Amino acid sequence: MIKGRAIKYGDNISTDLIIAGRYFHLRSNFPELKKHALEDADPTFVTRVRSGDFVVGGQNFGLGSSREHAPLVLKLNGVGGILAKSVARIFYRNAINLGLPVLICDTDRINEGDELEVDLAGGTVTDLTNGARLTFGKIPDVMLRILNEGGLIPYVKKYRDIALPS
Amino acid sequence: MAKTMAEKILSDRSGVDAKAGDLVIAPVDLVFATDSSGPLTIRQLRETGFQGVADPRRTVFFLDHAAPSPRLELSNDHVIVREFVRQSGVPLREVGEGICHQLVAEDYANPGELIVGADSHSVTAGGLGAFATGMGATDVAMVMALGKTWFRVPESIQVVCRGTFGKGVYTKDAILYLIGHIGADGATYQALEFTGETVAAMTVAQRLTLANLSVEAGAKAGICPSDGVTRGFLEARGRGAKYRPLAADAGARYSRVVDIDVSRLEPMVARPHTVDNVAPVRELKGTRVQQVFIGSCTNARLEDLEIAAAILKGKKRHPDTRLIVVPASKETFMQAMKKGYLEIFMEAGGLIAPPGCGACFGGHLGILGDGEVCLSSQNRNFKGRMGNPESFVYLSSPATAAASAIAGEITDPREVL
Ligand code: SF4
Repeated sequence: MIKGRAIKYGDNISTDLIIAGRYFHLRSNFPELKKHALEDADPTFVTRVRSGDFVVGGQNFGLGSSREHAPLVLKLNGVGGILAKSVARIFYRNAINLGLPVLICDTDRINEGDELEVDLAGGTVTDLTNGARLTFGKIPDVMLRILNEGGLIPYVKKYRDIALPS
Repeated sequence: MAKTMAEKILSDRSGVDAKAGDLVIAPVDLVFATDSSGPLTIRQLRETGFQGVADPRRTVFFLDHAAPSPRLELSNDHVIVREFVRQSGVPLREVGEGICHQLVAEDYANPGELIVGADSHSVTAGGLGAFATGMGATDVAMVMALGKTWFRVPESIQVVCRGTFGKGVYTKDAILYLIGHIGADGATYQALEFTGETVAAMTVAQRLTLANLSVEAGAKAGICPSDGVTRGFLEARGRGAKYRPLAADAGARYSRVVDIDVSRLEPMVARPHTVDNVAPVRELKGTRVQQVFIGSCTNARLEDLEIAAAILKGKKRHPDTRLIVVPASKETFMQAMKKGYLEIFMEAGGLIAPPGCGACFGGHLGILGDGEVCLSSQNRNFKGRMGNPESFVYLSSPATAAASAIAGEITDPREVL
């Protein structure tokens, strides 16, 4: 079970909105870079996000660039997971590789500030504030294994290989 | 089983008879990163305890995004990349050689290959009949370390293009139309497979434009068949031996088939701030433009510059409209110079910046001011894309861009052709 508050946005939160190209020069300076997370969508995000919060989006979350700095700055700000109606493919893979769960579910029923409880194994999200119970799409086995190891780096450190679950 | 092009390549490379939905592990024929993704890629590789790469001959780094570096932080990122390639024996394409995707097409990609780049527009090499896809830094680091990775074999959407383009209408207009039609997530997790008589008649440069924009519909890959045109391109580049034909089997299963009669299309633009916010140019007529950018991995190849030069020849840019041209590669730059296109742009009041990404991602060489509008031949118009969230980016073909630079407002190129 993971618990956290919802910080909610709309559709099409692009990787440019999550970390703008104008901060390109800070890419190797994580402490500075993370201060600009989601700045162009919501300048208040970094001041109000708390450890364990969920970023909740609508359709096509994370579209755009392959910049892994997008899920990385969310993680560096303590985000515990991402919930969205649909997620762009590279962002999805990147987030899981960093050990950040991404759950595809009907986020219309979640409101800003709601307390959420996620059961990763059971595939459910409970909105403790309004009582809504949502199921999320299955995370492919290969990704679940990566997620369970804490990300692709710890996974490869452990196995020194990449293999499909048999 | 009849296969799509995506199923064929992933089956062939993985050695497993795979169909859409299957997970496979496959060796990667080419893996690359840029100065944008490279420093994190290298950090992740080292974090895992790998000092070098599995196969330096299948790996390459490009310094193209900040080329040349406008800031000391980026210069230091370049140092990280240069030191890594020196230690690991990996080739490096330096500042000024061009955009990674253009150089991949010019020098590396071949039909039937599996290509992974740490950049979303790595799909571009699909124009040569490769299965090419973008991944993030950690995935790419692990491909570099292990020489392979996992793939989910995607479902494919078949895009059948028929007819011939009318005057002033180009590949860019067709692909913008398609993205407007299916939406920015219309092909998420899927491959776009382009086919039909129009694609058969396209040059490799045009096919690269098609494939490049596939990711703007969310696609994992955008694939064109490999045929006589592909063979001619490879032969001209000394890679004739790498040619192999590629086409989908008759009876292959698609999640969706989209038919486009290109003869009925008109010039299109994508409006701010999403690529699927597409409209015919005529609906935007009169929109004032402060900057025109002809560049990027989408539309800055020699034929794009030729089209723009034909429109700008003997003309002047509008006094309130800046014109920035960035050839996609050094080779393109030199050819455009020899053919006199660069002179035409400069006489028209334009400026030429060094080969590379230029203004495309908002880091340098053409950042917009508050409230300013740019019409660009690039592939993305997200809020803040060209460096300022208070600015507006429209996307079009190089022809529409050139015509608009003269008029100072968004203009249908058919008015000046
Ligand atoms: S030209 Fe633009 S889209 Fe292409 S690789 Fe460079 S920054 Fe990315």
